[in-house]
Amino acid sequence: MSSIRKGLAKRKFDALVIGAGGGGLRAALQLARAEANVAVVSKVFPTRSHTVAAQGGINAALANVLPDNWHWHMYDTVKGSDFLGDQDAIEYMCRAAGHIVVELEHIGVPFSRLDNGKIYQRPFGGQSQNFGGEQAARTCAAADRTGHALLHSLYQQNIRAKTHFFDEFFAIDLVKDDDGYVLGALVLEIETGEPLLIEAKTTLLATGGVGQIYRTNTNARINTGDGMGMALRAGIPLEDMEFFQFHPTGIAGKGMLITEGARGEGGYLVNKDGERFMERYAPNAKDLASRDVVSRAIYEEVRDGRGCGPNADYVFLKLDHLGSDVIKKRLPGIRDTIMTFLGIDPIESPVPVYPTVHYTMGGIPTNRYGQVVVPLAQSPEEPIPGLYAVGECACVSVHGANRLGGNSLLDIVVFGRAAGNHIIEFLKENRYHRPMHQAGVDQAMARLTRWEQKGDGDTVDGLRRDMQTTMEKYCGVFRTEELLKEGVAKIIEIQNRLPDVRLRDHSKVFNTARIEALELENLIEVSVATVCSALARQESRGAHSRIDYPDRDDEHWMKHTLFFREGRRLDYKPVRTKPLTVESFPPKKRVY
Amino acid sequence: MLFRIYRYNPETDKAPYMQEYDLKDAHPEMRLLDALIRIKAQDESLSFRRSCGEGVCGSDGMNINGRNGLACVTPLSALKEPIEIRPLPGLPVIRDLVVDMEQFYHQYRSVKPYLIVHDPEPETEYLQSPQDRDKLDGLYECILCACCSTACPSFWWNPDYFRGPAALLQAWRFLVDSRDQATAERLEGLEGPYRLFRCHTIMNCADVCPKGLSPTKAIGNIKKMMLEQMT
Repeated sequence: MSSIRKGLAKRKFDALVIGAGGGGLRAALQLARAEANVAVVSKVFPTRSHTVAAQGGINAALANVLPDNWHWHMYDTVKGSDFLGDQDAIEYMCRAAGHIVVELEHIGVPFSRLDNGKIYQRPFGGQSQNFGGEQAARTCAAADRTGHALLHSLYQQNIRAKTHFFDEFFAIDLVKDDDGYVLGALVLEIETGEPLLIEAKTTLLATGGVGQIYRTNTNARINTGDGMGMALRAGIPLEDMEFFQFHPTGIAGKGMLITEGARGEGGYLVNKDGERFMERYAPNAKDLASRDVVSRAIYEEVRDGRGCGPNADYVFLKLDHLGSDVIKKRLPGIRDTIMTFLGIDPIESPVPVYPTVHYTMGGIPTNRYGQVVVPLAQSPEEPIPGLYAVGECACVSVHGANRLGGNSLLDIVVFGRAAGNHIIEFLKENRYHRPMHQAGVDQAMARLTRWEQKGDGDTVDGLRRDMQTTMEKYCGVFRTEELLKEGVAKIIEIQNRLPDVRLRDHSKVFNTARIEALELENLIEVSVATVCSALARQESRGAHSRIDYPDRDDEHWMKHTLFFREGRRLDYKPVRTKPLTVESFPPKKRVY
Repeated sequence: MLFRIYRYNPETDKAPYMQEYDLKDAHPEMRLLDALIRIKAQDESLSFRRSCGEGVCGSDGMNINGRNGLACVTPLSALKEPIEIRPLPGLPVIRDLVVDMEQFYHQYRSVKPYLIVHDPEPETEYLQSPQDRDKLDGLYECILCACCSTACPSFWWNPDYFRGPAALLQAWRFLVDSRDQATAERLEGLEGPYRLFRCHTIMNCADVCPKGLSPTKAIGNIKKMMLEQMT
């Protein structure tokens, strides 16, 4: 160990960004433009990050198509969150949205266009004019490849700004000192298998979501909750992990995403009788109700025997009435995906769909500046000096119990930028690196050396599969006390098996088996947080549906969950119901 | 189903070799990536890149029965047995199916793949007509998988001088963007016998592109624009 330590390579930067999706790259761009010395560490080449797969668009009340303003957007987001979202952060995000989207257009994002040359906008779920009135059209789109367009443009501008990239480096753990400052991170160069210590005055986690804890999901294989795992091991809690979004329209049995934009363009769902069943569940918004509502409706149709197909286990998404022009122009990417994975053309045939794990509403608790905040003696939200988090790995919380479509791209860009700005201020007041904390480095290094153990024992692949099927079975859309109790026991049993897992391949050069082992540790940490948080919350709110507690209970449960790794302890903190300038939206019954 | 896969680990192997795997539970509707993941579950030492699994991230470009493509969108039913998998040709192999893509990325960065506007920014979006926006279709969708450039003989011979099809597609994506104001500087950067003009319209690039894009056409358009600017 000491010999490794002696030879440990080190680099120093003002700011370290871990993760190169939209959140990380937007923050890095802000920092590089301010001439901060910024390093971006990513386990994949930046344009492979999962932002690339976002389809439908990014919300901003530009009013290019229908009347709109940011305050209506704020109302929809608060309502969509089932009143668990923090209203100060939501106001900030919705106010910033217009400027943020224009800024993206200026850096080159190839948005689709209206005849007058302005950015094209489409209707999406949960959007209204005038605080719950007519459908709004708020989602700015680049066909159905908005995430791809946005991520590539952000990467391109970072090339221009000369951001320093560490491509294909895997972050092992944060390094903290005894005063609680975060000093950087230990990372692993995947190509050589050598560790590298990156010292930084600030560290930003932008590592994305964790859909891979479930077997069938729309997420990339890299979505393994690495930042969340690092935070838990650094003693930081995770917030609201019981809220996992199931996207209503994953390709049945396979999981590839079909954008909500397909329904925004006029597509709709039918059951085996050809009935537009959403009219029964959401008489006004119908197919463009919020995602949690539509997903549950599909489940109920299938459960009550009205599913389609030989096993009656999915419903159909009908697009064939839209005409080939609309589909080719506005939905070319999903047409491609449907033809590749189902061998059918949506211009001619309806598409079998089923709700699929999609988005992690919870995450590392932050304030609206992106600072990671934890409960300390003074308040429930004390910043950890030098540590920031943005995007899907964070919980700011603008999505609360259910995210609206089109708000995730917005979230990453708004708070990526905000965190960049706050880091610039922090750097002005913290001009020098603090001394490195050797014990912290040793601890991080131990995580790596643990996998050098040889012998038989479980495989990474085997334990991961057990975890994914357990989460699917015991922590799915509909939950009960009984099911969740069993789930907690089983996930803890899986966690207890982890120390006996062994790698067969101990080579150094581009050893992806070792990376998967390190990812599995993060996945299991987050699974435990998710199932424990879900068991404790005795109400139904947003994506968290308890059959045994079918109603929302604002009196007891309008509060954020905090899960701590040590002792699997749970704590709670109040929802921030006071916006920045406008009146608060008080909780009311949520109908669409 | 029988697979023959290129193996090379620089720590232990003197030379690369082909290893056979017989995957019993493979069925024709499976994608090649699913098969590779199952093979890796049996032999975790097999290394390859992968991420989104649906053809949008560009991680899993490889040479499949002699032709470059993405493993995640290639159905096994389209492949003759034994299915022979090799790394993308023409780039240094790091290990197994993982190639060193630095030359490819370097050429991409060299064409200034970002929007350049010299005028002061307006408060609202730049206006762009739907017709002008249509000109970006078939260009901006590139996923940087490198299937095209590593199928191009001109890139194989001159990877350090010839920009290659992927980078030139991006060059055209910005040249043709009605918002961009760096046309002269972009064209100047592509002058000389190599950077652009090593393209001999062999068209392997367009033939293999998993997104159906045509770098050849883009290169032709750049040449045409250059001629127009000269006269």
